[in-house]
Amino acid sequence: MTTGWTREQIAARTAQDIPNGSYVNLGIGIPELVAKFVPEGREFIYHTENGLLGMGPPPSENERDLDLMNAGKKYVTAVPGAAYFHHADSFSMIRGGHLDVCVLGTMQVAANGDIANWSTGEPGAIPAVGGAMDLVQGVKQIFVVTQHITKTGEPKLVERCTYPLTGVGVVSRVYTDLAVIDITPEGFRLIELAPGVSFDDVKNKTGAQVLPPDIPPTDGA
Amino acid sequence: MINKVCPSVAQAVADIPDGATVMLGGFGASGSPIELIHALIDHGAKNLTVINNNTGNGEVGLAALIGNGQVRKMICSFPRSSQSKVFPEYYKAGKIELDLVPQGTLAERIRAAGAGIPAFYTPTTVGTVLAEGKEQREFDGRTFVLERWLKAEYALVKCDTADPLGNLTYNKTARNFSPLMCMAATTTIVQVGRLVDRGGIDPEHVVTPGIFVNRVIHVPEPVHEDTLIAEGRCYP
Repeated sequence: MTTGWTREQIAARTAQDIPNGSYVNLGIGIPELVAKFVPEGREFIYHTENGLLGMGPPPSENERDLDLMNAGKKYVTAVPGAAYFHHADSFSMIRGGHLDVCVLGTMQVAANGDIANWSTGEPGAIPAVGGAMDLVQGVKQIFVVTQHITKTGEPKLVERCTYPLTGVGVVSRVYTDLAVIDITPEGFRLIELAPGVSFDDVKNKTGAQVLPPDIPPTDGA
Repeated sequence: MINKVCPSVAQAVADIPDGATVMLGGFGASGSPIELIHALIDHGAKNLTVINNNTGNGEVGLAALIGNGQVRKMICSFPRSSQSKVFPEYYKAGKIELDLVPQGTLAERIRAAGAGIPAFYTPTTVGTVLAEGKEQREFDGRTFVLERWLKAEYALVKCDTADPLGNLTYNKTARNFSPLMCMAATTTIVQVGRLVDRGGIDPEHVVTPGIFVNRVIHVPEPVHEDTLIAEGRCYP
């Protein structure tokens, strides 16, 4: 029987791997939750691509400012020391390699680090890309957080993406409800198992080979 | 004395012809120049190519401009949103064209136009369908895609404070694409909430220098797209 991590626990586990002082961009969904789990003694500075460095938590009803939102078009606050800027500066931070970590959700991630998270490629669907292709090319480390399988049971960690790509060979590490997995030159490599999850569970639910960790894991208790 | 102040939004957009390419500032609702867009709807110019990050929300502003049948083509990065229904309807009916551009590339293409740079190489889209058919080149062992500048005849933007020379400051994340669009358009039209005298903006605080601005219209208490949508309003 598998148990694994909740959405919050995936986010908390991801936050553990972000160094103190990092400039971080968080995608929509589970990635946003990372901000709730900053480890004791660390500070992350959040970038949102519509033009704010130093994004704070959501505002209370009476401190809401209609001109202060994040890239997901949700109202946010600005922390003391924040800065506003236009889009060319914002994407210079991204494309120019100034951001340390980007945490993104995905539809598929491949053993070679390819990511597909913007379009299913279905005919008639309205394609929308936003800043995803800029982020995956520019930010120093791309962390993907996702459920291990889709709602219909299909693996999201695959040998090669079948959906249209967002970027090629850009992902460093994947955090799922079952495990933490590195992208290495040899493919997926297990780093850590979620509680109650076995290596066989992970292998069975992954659409590509998963190599054992360099240091043997202890099965989640 | 140079004075770029124009008496009304109607007068400010009156010369926008059919078939024009028009940049609209704003990211989602923040920074959207609603009064200028509504004046453009009243004016009625058709077959427009519109450049904006999104495609509007509800039935006001950009969504209303599309809903009024005035837009032939949208150039944007993210045409979907939870409250966008007009564009999807038009797109699915084949009544509007879509040119999808990644957000950072969209910003840089606009900036390049304003800066007189006809094209540039970017790593964004390498290996994806959005790079298909585009020139690629290797620099220092990495592949980049050639992108061209993006110009417009007109830019309609909203700012917080302006003086009669067109020096501008913005409010928080409402700045987004607006300073770039001011640079890239032949004619830049700005609606401002707070119009001050010359010297009323500290030169150190100017975000858009007046050389990039042609017309300034005082709109003292601008409506916000989110407020209009929350009230269930539609335009006209």
